[in-house]
Amino acid sequence: MGRATLFLAREGYRRRRLADMARLLPLLGLALFLVPVLDAEDGLTAAMLIYLFAVWGGLIALSALVARLLCRSGAMDDAVRAPEDAP
Amino acid sequence: MIAFDLLVAICLLYVALLFGVAFLADRRAAAGRGGWLRSPLIYTLSLSVYCTAWTFYGAVGYAARSGLEFVTIYLGPTLIFIGWWWTLRKLVRIGRTQRITSIADLISSRYGKSNALGVIVTLIAVVGVTPYIALQLQSVTLSFAVFAPSGAGPWALTDLNSTALTVAGGLALFTILFGTRNLDANERHHGVVIAIAVEAVVKLIALLAVGVFVVWGLAGGVSAMIERIEASPLAGMPIQPGRWIGLTFLAAAAILTLPRMFQVLVVENENERHLATASWAFPAYLCLMSLFVVPIAVVGLAEMPAGANPDLFVLTLPLAHGHDGLAALAFLGGFSSATSMVIVASIALSTMVSNHIVMPLFLSLTRTSAPMSGDVRMLVLRARRFSIGGVLLLGYLYYRMSGGSEALAAIGLISFAGIAQVLPALVGGIMWRGATRLGALAGLTLGFGLWAYTLLLPSFGGGAVMGPALLAEGPWGISWLRPQGLFGLDGLDPLVHALVVSMAANVLGFVTVSLMTFPDPIERIQAAQFVNVFDHSSAGPGWRQGGAEAEDLLLMAQRIMGADEAQALFRRSAADQGKQGFLPDITPDFLQRLERALAGSVGAATAHAMVGQIVGRSAVSVEDLMRVADETAQMMEYSSQLEAKSEELARTARQLREANEKLTELSVQKDAFLSQISHELRTPMTSIRAFSEILMGADGMRPEDMGRYSRIIHEESLRLTRLLDDLLDLSVLENGQVSLNLQEVTLADLIDRAVAATGSLQGGLTIRRDAAAERVRLMTDGDRLSQVFINLISNAHKYCDAEGPELTIRVRAARGAVAVDFVDNGSGIPERSQAIIFEKFSRLTDPRKAGGAGLGLAICREIMGRLGGSIVYLPGQGGAAFRVSLPQVRAEAA
Repeated sequence: MGRATLFLAREGYRRRRLADMARLLPLLGLALFLVPVLDAEDGLTAAMLIYLFAVWGGLIALSALVARLLCRSGAMDDAVRAPEDAP
Repeated sequence: MIAFDLLVAICLLYVALLFGVAFLADRRAAAGRGGWLRSPLIYTLSLSVYCTAWTFYGAVGYAARSGLEFVTIYLGPTLIFIGWWWTLRKLVRIGRTQRITSIADLISSRYGKSNALGVIVTLIAVVGVTPYIALQLQSVTLSFAVFAPSGAGPWALTDLNSTALTVAGGLALFTILFGTRNLDANERHHGVVIAIAVEAVVKLIALLAVGVFVVWGLAGGVSAMIERIEASPLAGMPIQPGRWIGLTFLAAAAILTLPRMFQVLVVENENERHLATASWAFPAYLCLMSLFVVPIAVVGLAEMPAGANPDLFVLTLPLAHGHDGLAALAFLGGFSSATSMVIVASIALSTMVSNHIVMPLFLSLTRTSAPMSGDVRMLVLRARRFSIGGVLLLGYLYYRMSGGSEALAAIGLISFAGIAQVLPALVGGIMWRGATRLGALAGLTLGFGLWAYTLLLPSFGGGAVMGPALLAEGPWGISWLRPQGLFGLDGLDPLVHALVVSMAANVLGFVTVSLMTFPDPIERIQAAQFVNVFDHSSAGPGWRQGGAEAEDLLLMAQRIMGADEAQALFRRSAADQGKQGFLPDITPDFLQRLERALAGSVGAATAHAMVGQIVGRSAVSVEDLMRVADETAQMMEYSSQLEAKSEELARTARQLREANEKLTELSVQKDAFLSQISHELRTPMTSIRAFSEILMGADGMRPEDMGRYSRIIHEESLRLTRLLDDLLDLSVLENGQVSLNLQEVTLADLIDRAVAATGSLQGGLTIRRDAAAERVRLMTDGDRLSQVFINLISNAHKYCDAEGPELTIRVRAARGAVAVDFVDNGSGIPERSQAIIFEKFSRLTDPRKAGGAGLGLAICREIMGRLGGSIVYLPGQGGAAFRVSLPQVRAEAA
């Protein structure tokens, strides 16, 4: 086993950037979910409610996209299955 | 109004359905035909135990009281799930590879299989979750009360407590039946998971149905709903930034640390890929669950009488509008939320209690007696059953004690904050190798203690545990120690205050103590395996070759895993080692494997202790650990050493080969020389003998003949003497016995002398010289040096095979050294011979032609060595070329 290679082929590179995306997504979510705090005085408004659920839905859709791409790219191929399934 | 009896009947039917589903799922899983039981969808739905009755009823109440804040309870988990690549993936992988059975097991296993930590986390979990279970009992009881007829009857609920007791009993029964059916080696409960998935669907549909009814049935559409929201008392309800951030954090922490969440998320996980689906599907579930919360709260506040409990709007709104069916569905949804939470939580807690409290106690009690007898499995199962009963009993007692306090949300948050104290030890444990057992211990104790002091105890209200004076003025009147205003932090919301204080102390204690302490070997192994779980690091040596008998281990394993499973494991291990039968060799690998299998049933700490009890010595030493750590480095060093060695060998071989070639050539030369020298000696000896015999035997010989013969004898003996002189000269030089006669000489004089000495030989050899360059003064032995020059010039005479032979003598003085080159225009010396020309007896051409004994150059080399210089062959000069180098000691240009 040599050291990990420094430069990856296109496929491996893509997979890493996908993992980066998966890591950055919650940070984006955190930022968006903290927006209501900036508007704390106005409090609950219908617009705020719609904003929150729109952001929420958007994050879910993005997360679904990333998860699907990650699975397809083979990043989950080393997944450990339940022990009883193992030979 | 729906008949109460009917409601009870529906409820019982529903429970029967759940029993049936769980039973079938268990059967199918046992038969190995449960493919669809292990789908990502089921996994995602089972995660919905996060949404308890607190969500189902409480969220609306929360929204009615505090506006938008309720949503933070779902935003935190959403962030954790869409960020699954950070923590959840690692957590699940660790759970899979280490066979983790609970959150307490994870912490205990990570920190060196420490049982003390297991006990502490178990206690935190029990103390933290008990109020939560009480909350579920309360909500179910309240929802029953909504339907209860005001008059008397067989089901008259004059006593809510008995309802709570009945519900608790029923839940205990279900949990014991399906949660402790067998001691699964992987701690997975297919029946329970399926039942929970069904309940997840029911509660989602119920809440959505009520929401749709409220928005389109009561409010009259989306835009009308928006108008009603804007007009409601909720509009403009300010957000408290501290609580918003604090609660989001709290909920995010809770999803990782709540025992029931850990159970469904990690322990019941079938496949890591399911997590990828759950990463978006679970947030979607949460989003849908909270979608209609504000509308229901707004409409409820507007339409229900002023004193109505907003926690029950989900039920009372449909009822008030005569939609009994919808109300029954909503009731079932709430019932599902409560029961699924209680079932999973009590399974998780009972696993912790039996693995970390009962089993260690049992082990220490039976340490002296033979550990081989009896079936531990029954003991473990019984311990779990009692624990389930005990947990539910505790929940019921708490419910009775707290007197059914009104706001559901407050109890839930207190519970969250308690269990969140595990977070630093958990996240630190899987991300930071430097986290130590003592650090975790310090953090947990500090955080939990402060949580109890600042949040749990005050929550019972003034007078229950803490007196009102203590709450208002602090212990002994020290105001900065007030439970809800530590260090004078009065301005904060009590929950945020408790959260900040306890988490800060927790993290600070955890990190500080971790930095200052040194982990023991098992801890370090575990730390490496947890933190680097994705590196496929091979398991460190958990055990050394022990004195244990395989049979003892098999007996012990059978008692925990059951005979069939234990035998299968032993047979597989034996087969892997290439052995027949059930008894593998007790290798460290096998012990590790066995321990991990046992850990799946009784937890890492207990499994470790049990194996240790039989193997006799507790695992690894620091040296073992160092050995493992050094192994890679050693391998690398060894291979580089090998490489260096083989290079050295190759070099030596090359040198040997060269030496061998030289020796072979020399030996051939020597053979030739011997025949030559014998010939050289024999020729004069033959003439001397022949002429001396003539002189002896012939009387009356003419005097002139006698004179001629004696002269021949004399010349031949001179030739012999010269030969012997050369040999003697060489041996004297080689032995260092020569004495040098150093004097100042001019190079030109020496060359003149040499040319003159060889003059008699000159047959057409032209000598080219550069008189100017030769004006070099030297301090050296002139006689010896001219001997070298004579030798070189006479060699050129003898061997230069050019048509018009020429010898060029070049002199160069540079950097304190003088080089004199003798270059002829012949064909030179072949490369293969260049190496041996300075050896003794070496001659390249036919000896007779050369007429010497092959000692000349050898003598030259010895002389030059004595004079502190050297003589080398100069290749590539167009002919034979020799360079004589001399140090120009105390000499200067003339």
